[in-house]
Amino acid sequence: MKRLARAGFWLLVIAIALFALFPFYYAVVSSFRSGSDLFTIAYRPERFDLSNYVAVFERQPFGRNILNSVLVSGSVVALSLGLGITAAYAFGRIAFRGRSLLLMTILAVSMFPQVAVLAGMFELIRAFGLYNTLPGLILANLMLTLPFTVWVLTTFMRELPKEIEEAAFVDGATPWIVVRRVFLPLMAPAAVTTGLLAFIVSWNEFLFALTFTLTNERRTVPPAIALMSGSTAYELPWGTIMAGSVVVTIPIIALVLVFQRKIVAGLTAGAVKG
Amino acid sequence: MIMSGAVAGAGAPVQVTGRGRRSSLTRSRIRAAWLFIAPSLIVVALIAGWPLARTIWFSFTDASLDALGDYAFIGLENYLAHDDGGWFGILAEPDWWHSVWNTLWFTAVSVSLETVLGMVVALILNAAFPGRGLMRAIILIPWAIPTIVSAKMWNWMLHDQFGVINDLLLRLGLIAAPVPWTANADTALWAAVMVDVWKHTSFMALLILAALQMLPQDIYEAAKVDGVSPVRVFVRVTLPLIKPALLVAVIFRSLDALRVFDLIYVLTSNAKETASMSVYARQQLVDFQEVGLGSAAATLIFLIIALVVVITLAAGRVRLGEDPR
Repeated sequence: MKRLARAGFWLLVIAIALFALFPFYYAVVSSFRSGSDLFTIAYRPERFDLSNYVAVFERQPFGRNILNSVLVSGSVVALSLGLGITAAYAFGRIAFRGRSLLLMTILAVSMFPQVAVLAGMFELIRAFGLYNTLPGLILANLMLTLPFTVWVLTTFMRELPKEIEEAAFVDGATPWIVVRRVFLPLMAPAAVTTGLLAFIVSWNEFLFALTFTLTNERRTVPPAIALMSGSTAYELPWGTIMAGSVVVTIPIIALVLVFQRKIVAGLTAGAVKG
Repeated sequence: MIMSGAVAGAGAPVQVTGRGRRSSLTRSRIRAAWLFIAPSLIVVALIAGWPLARTIWFSFTDASLDALGDYAFIGLENYLAHDDGGWFGILAEPDWWHSVWNTLWFTAVSVSLETVLGMVVALILNAAFPGRGLMRAIILIPWAIPTIVSAKMWNWMLHDQFGVINDLLLRLGLIAAPVPWTANADTALWAAVMVDVWKHTSFMALLILAALQMLPQDIYEAAKVDGVSPVRVFVRVTLPLIKPALLVAVIFRSLDALRVFDLIYVLTSNAKETASMSVYARQQLVDFQEVGLGSAAATLIFLIIALVVVITLAAGRVRLGEDPR
């Protein structure tokens, strides 16, 4: 009986792992096959034909798209953390009137449906002359990352013992020095966690990137992959699409494997403690 | 406590100068607090508050995308208008109601499945077994893959002629002929549910797991000693204890699913029959250039989601923000 239960348990574990990994595995297998090979189904890689990987970078500015994504996501992370840490210090460590109302407002913004700001954001970006530019996307993506950055960092801030800043204040430090000298080092692990989440959110963002860019050179990776087309409108270049997908997914998988614990901590801090 | 005593002893001047000094310190800290949150507040107001207000305003106008500055106020006509014996506006539009239904169905089915499966995965990860860390990383991978990429991967797997899913099901004898999963409106939404479950079950599982790991172990030991069956322990002890966390996770996922865009847009190629509310609103706004109608739809989506948030907050199950440190 016990043996049977154990076998069942492992069977379940294996089934879940297979379900989670198979789509990516299949994308890798497909990305190494091209031409009419793709019209037969293969479960195992037969040979390593790299022509799809060459094609994805040659037929469109995919290198440029990746660079765009890196620039946009990197800037979004830097801005969110810079703004978020100072705000989180105020929210997490100082009792002032209206604190919880403001925090609630910021949390409410993170629940905004993106499409609800689309028309207004479009007008704003046009007004700033940022349509079809990377700064336009950075500005728009901040709406998605800043609220939860503030929120998650605030929950981390609260957990630090109260005595930490008291000593500094007694020694006559100003709040700004306390943030910089005392909290910045202490918040580094939390900042890595939140920064990773912000990076993933921005890296994956699609609706703004689709709507606020016009030319392929300015697109980030998600719209570039979504809008990849073949020689005819009815025939999608599946091999190239899979190659592109694998290329942009590998760094994300590496991040997840390396920072697994931090990501989990960030996800749960944002929700469970709320 | 011990530390604070030591600190107070070291900083003797504080005790001497007493209250006056402390309150001026408090006042300067409060001033600093406002300075510190000002940049974030300004940015949030500029890129979230203002665009939302403009979207709501546009919904009362006949603005179009190619001439966004040139519009007239038309009241509620984008929502509902009676003209020439017929009803017009979003609320009289069958396509809108269809997208609402699609979204609600998608949300209900995918979040339910994710909750059940997430619970199973969380219980597995809560057990001690070799390779648990690896397993946790594995289930995070679908969550981290960009939605567009997962939609494309699944699109390819679900391809009607060359897809691996049809091939598998044919081999297993579960279907007699290839099914055009994403082309057929009925199966397309199921396909969207499947991809969503694949992608988001790990999120649910991790939140549940975090709750499970905070449970006191002595209850379980006591139950074990008393010989209570594991199923009974789960229903009577575990479930009630993790209910608050479970509820938060369900709300988070539901809010996310209600605004679904990427997945359905790519998986079902922007088709009318399977559109979600967000897909519908963007279609009006960008594809048809009808900023007025699109904004009206977007405003309705905002109201629906706000309503869900208000109801859950009012139910008082989730306390947000207000926990004193």
